[in-house]
Amino acid sequence: MPKDLTLIAVTVVAIIVSAAIDRRKTVQGVRKGWRMLMNLLPQFLLLLIFVSVFLTLVSPETLAAMLGRQGGSLGVIAAACIGSVALVPGPIAYPLTGMLAESGVPLTVLAVFVTTLMMVGILTFPVEKAYLGGRLAVLRNVLSLVGALLIGVLVGSLL
Amino acid sequence: MKDLRRVPFGYAAALLFAVLLFGLHLLDISVGQRLIQEFTAFSMRMVVLVPCIFILIGLLDAWVPQQWIQKHVGEDSGIRGAVYVILLAMFQGGPLYGAFPTAHLLWKKGCSMRNVFMYLGAFSTLKIPMMLFEANFLGWRFTLVRGAASLPVFVLTAAIMAAYARGKGLQMKELAEDQAAGQPGAAADGLHRR
Repeated sequence: MPKDLTLIAVTVVAIIVSAAIDRRKTVQGVRKGWRMLMNLLPQFLLLLIFVSVFLTLVSPETLAAMLGRQGGSLGVIAAACIGSVALVPGPIAYPLTGMLAESGVPLTVLAVFVTTLMMVGILTFPVEKAYLGGRLAVLRNVLSLVGALLIGVLVGSLL
Repeated sequence: MKDLRRVPFGYAAALLFAVLLFGLHLLDISVGQRLIQEFTAFSMRMVVLVPCIFILIGLLDAWVPQQWIQKHVGEDSGIRGAVYVILLAMFQGGPLYGAFPTAHLLWKKGCSMRNVFMYLGAFSTLKIPMMLFEANFLGWRFTLVRGAASLPVFVLTAAIMAAYARGKGLQMKELAEDQAAGQPGAAADGLHRR
């Protein structure tokens, strides 16, 4: 996974550069980051469980079948629901949507799916709530869902 | 009993889940094997990704001066502040749940609510690495039109979120480690914010 390697490299370089300039600040920063991680571990564990169960129950093929079946506004609503719940990494999601576009699924449906996938996160809610607080997290997701529908309609009418 | 209840839900769930995985492993059903596979694949990614994200955020926390954030992306930063956070988001990568800690750090250091949500909006829709990928499979026209349509949507969303938070007097969560460190962090900050 080259993207992960980049992140590791960036982290290592950042620690080295930071330590070269000020060792105490570096120790303080790394410790702080570690404490943050430890305090949020329960939320990340929940995320891990949700996602692995989700990926097991809903395979990319199932997703494709669900998105491709309905046309019209029903298809858009289905796309919004699936996109909001799903947590599919880009490297899987984009080839899938590309394939669906070729097989004639309307672009509005795909735009709504892609946008909700990125902006709305039901499975990541525990993590989001820990940082934003419950009410702001709910509002952000609701507004993003409405926004994604708008974006989908715009894309569909412009293309 | 009281102590039991203080165990975070996530740990209890993880323990149950581990037992379940072990049971499924013994039973040797295909669904169980798939679950174990997905779990291992995703957790391997998380084990690498998440600590790196937090170490970087810890370093940023130690190095980025509060005045700097307040001045450039704070309450009075105007359009320039918005452009800064959007550019910052565009040049990052990774999943949205990795951006919440950064958003929180920005807020803690004095970034305005509007700009924090602007950052999250841009992070979820305009990340350059992701758009390259998207264009590859769905074409440049789709990607550019979707990106252009996203911009006004998340700018508006951020404005609504900021207005709502101001109206209800809502702030983001204060993290335990910020209080423990006794920093001039969110607590003191929240007071002279409004």
